[in-house]
Amino acid sequence: MDFLRPTTWADALSAKAEHPDAMPIAGGTDLMVGLNFGQPPPPALLDLTAVGELAGWDRDDGTIRIGAGVTYSQIIAELARECPALAVASRTVGSPQIRNRATVAGNLGTASPAGDAHPPLLATGALVEASSVRGTRVIDIDDFFLGVKRNALAPDELIRAVRVPVAAGPQQFAKIGTRNAMVIAVCTVAVALDPVRRSVGTGIGSAAPTPRRAVEAEALAAANLPWSSGGALAEDLARDFGNRVAAAASPIDDVRGTAAYRRHSLAVLARRALQWTWAEMTGGPR
Amino acid sequence: MVSRSTHDHKPLIYEVRGGVGESPVRPDGTLKVKGEFAYASDLWLDDALFGVTLRSPHPRARITGIDISGALEIPGVYAVLTHADVPGTKHYGLDHSDQPVLAIDEVRYEGEPVAVLAATDPHTARRAVGRIVVSYEELEPLTDARQAVFDSSVPPIHPDGNVVRNQPIRHGDPDTATAEVVVTAEYEVGMQDQAFLGPESGLAVPAADGGVDLYIATQWLHVDRSQIAACLGLPEEKVRLTLAGVGGAFGAREDLSMQVHACLLALHTGRPVRMMYGREESFFGHVHRHPAWMRYEHGATRDGKLVYVKATIVLDGGAYASTTKAVVGNAASLGAGPYEVPHVSIDAYGARTNNPPCGAMRGFGAVQACFGYESQMDALAEKLGLDPVEFRARNAVSQGSYLPTGQVIDSPAPLAEMLRKAAATPMPAARSTMELGELPGGYGNTTHGEGVRRGVGFGVGIKNICFSEGFDDYSTATVRLELVAGEPVATVHTAAAEVGQGLVTLQGQIVRTELGVEAVTIRPADTSVGSAGSTSASRQSYMSGGAVKAACEAVRAQVATLVGRAEPDIQLTGGKVVSATTGVVADLADVLADGAVEETAVFRHRPTVPLDPFTGQGDSHVQLALCVHRAIVDVDVELGLVKVVELAAVQDVGRIMNRESLEGQIHGGTAQGLGLALMEEIQVTDGRIRNPSFTDYLIPTILDMPPMRLEILEYADPHAPYGLRGAGEPPTLSSTPAIVAAVRAATGLPLRRIPIRPEHITQQ
Repeated sequence: MDFLRPTTWADALSAKAEHPDAMPIAGGTDLMVGLNFGQPPPPALLDLTAVGELAGWDRDDGTIRIGAGVTYSQIIAELARECPALAVASRTVGSPQIRNRATVAGNLGTASPAGDAHPPLLATGALVEASSVRGTRVIDIDDFFLGVKRNALAPDELIRAVRVPVAAGPQQFAKIGTRNAMVIAVCTVAVALDPVRRSVGTGIGSAAPTPRRAVEAEALAAANLPWSSGGALAEDLARDFGNRVAAAASPIDDVRGTAAYRRHSLAVLARRALQWTWAEMTGGPR
Repeated sequence: MVSRSTHDHKPLIYEVRGGVGESPVRPDGTLKVKGEFAYASDLWLDDALFGVTLRSPHPRARITGIDISGALEIPGVYAVLTHADVPGTKHYGLDHSDQPVLAIDEVRYEGEPVAVLAATDPHTARRAVGRIVVSYEELEPLTDARQAVFDSSVPPIHPDGNVVRNQPIRHGDPDTATAEVVVTAEYEVGMQDQAFLGPESGLAVPAADGGVDLYIATQWLHVDRSQIAACLGLPEEKVRLTLAGVGGAFGAREDLSMQVHACLLALHTGRPVRMMYGREESFFGHVHRHPAWMRYEHGATRDGKLVYVKATIVLDGGAYASTTKAVVGNAASLGAGPYEVPHVSIDAYGARTNNPPCGAMRGFGAVQACFGYESQMDALAEKLGLDPVEFRARNAVSQGSYLPTGQVIDSPAPLAEMLRKAAATPMPAARSTMELGELPGGYGNTTHGEGVRRGVGFGVGIKNICFSEGFDDYSTATVRLELVAGEPVATVHTAAAEVGQGLVTLQGQIVRTELGVEAVTIRPADTSVGSAGSTSASRQSYMSGGAVKAACEAVRAQVATLVGRAEPDIQLTGGKVVSATTGVVADLADVLADGAVEETAVFRHRPTVPLDPFTGQGDSHVQLALCVHRAIVDVDVELGLVKVVELAAVQDVGRIMNRESLEGQIHGGTAQGLGLALMEEIQVTDGRIRNPSFTDYLIPTILDMPPMRLEILEYADPHAPYGLRGAGEPPTLSSTPAIVAAVRAATGLPLRRIPIRPEHITQQ
């Protein structure tokens, strides 16, 4: 197995162009587990940890551009205000040691249906910046996940950054696991309110072959939330919203849980998340 | 803290630091915390080959051919061995030699070793093993233990049949007993794994005498040796074992894993051979806790006295016998729990199936039964309208009570007192914050208080300590007292396996107390000294502690002889030989100037007898230990998520030998019981393990394990060294039913299967 370790982004893109089957590695928290499990090693590893440009995040006109090397620990510590759902999701990833190494870009590269970062990115309309020697393009998060562990990246592309809009309103993320920490999701829900556009974003994880939005639930909530009055959220609306989120899922039975439980808990989580966000926006208790 | 001793200790002089009753720093503690302790997986020799195992992908199949030629063509491969290369007996087993070293013509469980291979390095070895071609003819696996036991039309999956043991217990007149209030239910226990952190590892080095030296992480060196020597066709003295650093055991290292394989490869190649299982392989490479199906019927009077217990307990032993016989013996003899019951009828069975082999795990048969009888006690209390603590206390055993085996409990068994203490433990304050870490679901952010209900539950367990049923259980210790640089130094040598529990610390404490010498060296455990028995059954403080104490007494007697005195009059303390009547007799250094004093002692506990095969009567146990738990849980009833808020334990240990180690054992045992209650299960479908990893075999994290309140009692057992009572297992029994009872209280659900999964609570 070749080991490539570029020190600049330009060199990284050249290396990926020359070795399109090279597997990018940053924290290695997913890849190394796979190798330990006896998955066939990739022909080459492309280590991105020496590429300085990837390490930080910056803010540009209401968008946070999170470099591919930014870890979950950084997001928790530095972006809880700007990207609240992503920060809550980051707190549920693995253990402190994992969060010190693992990155959102790595999560996107793996594109697992269980990736904890994905639902917040879906709910907030994030954009994935994909680069190659051919140039840079921006992929809408809605178009990014193609199938189980398949994404829209071309073989010569690397993720440079993910662009997340600064939160326009309250956001929530909730994750079910069968223990209280360090667990792969049984299912996850993210909800983001945008009071300016009067829109509601959603994302669900571990409940379909890919992370996905619950578009009908979003439309229902956007149309029926009392945006103008700022009044209380009707219990029926919260419940309908939860049920529509659950209806958007195509869960399976596996060792982590049953499809029926996933549907049920998605409805509960989505209902609660909408209640929490609305309460926060209208100044009530969360 | 209650400290009441009914046992007359010989007056011990505590002038030496770090003696019995103190908590000196563990000799291995700093190294382990700093990551510098050498575990078996760190073993290394420059010229060592790496050995790997080819395992069956099928739970049951006939082997129609093995072609090793492809593997042998790979450069760097030194040997590929199958059952044909096993020179001695082809089978091994702890209790009954029914398990092939390498599969012979048939595989009986998924993961059964079929061939072993040695190559220059792990990568080459793993690549090469994939080139061995085994032709299988798949057979229908037998995976239902009850079918294996009760359906006589099912053909045997092993020449020895599908029932490993059937042990009845008949006490009183259960056939005609009737009761005013009856509760009947069926219970299931999933397959728990020991989940030790250090995977199976060892290093075999061929010796010039044609024998082999094996460095191995195990629980019982001598029983490993006798099995290995038989399979290698070597006399035992040519098979020498040294304990390598053990990263946890909990029963999973009682059976052989790669011991014979590594030795075979080393002897075959003439090179040292190192083997180390990966995590996934480890799940296939050791035995697990027996899953259980149980049917219990309890009868009681309206005023809350037990009348009868009738139970059927089926334990799934998987493909080979392992320790199933003894596990069945425990489930049967302790199956009614620590309660006085006039009429008892229990039938316990151990089945052979094509599921993963099951054997020893902390609690050993008593854990499964405990979930059954404690669930029943709660159900009965509810039906009677009685408080579950009061109902248990009314029926609790005490010293002088009979077990259903007819054995009289002849040392303190203060269960009623323990129950009342557990119930009187202060309750934690109501949850005052919405801190996510304190809520069900934790940082998963699943509730901010919605759906959360609190429940409280109690559990009681009774566990036998040391080996039961007539086993000749003993331990050997050599203690040497000599001058080193003019100072007296004691050296202890046993074959007792330190698996993390702290026995090496305790051995030093005993020597300091008995010989008054501060400097104590513990030699590595190996087979050049007599057997210490197994590090299991909560027995090593009792047995190897007893052997070290006995060896010290022999050393003291020898010193007394050297100064012309009788032993009872002589104490060794502070480097002096002291007479109880005449004071200081001599400097120990002067006595030792002419040479070392060394004595070896063999310690046996009092004998036991096997259970009668038809009535289950007999004094089968050496010592019995009790633990009581109170659990407080918060359950998000809408999502089925559980947060254990607090666990309180009351345990009688006879004598606190080392409080810090003891508390660690109670915390750890409790956590393992929490795991069984709420998350730990090897999920097996059609004989196949579905979650062989720590990604999906979940054990409690620090966010799952709550703070504990401990109350430790010291009612000495007059039969045991220092009056101590084995302590490692009992908390593993009682924490599980206590937590389940608390979840039942919060949800109102019957919850008759463990581990409880979220969908059991939300009923999806």
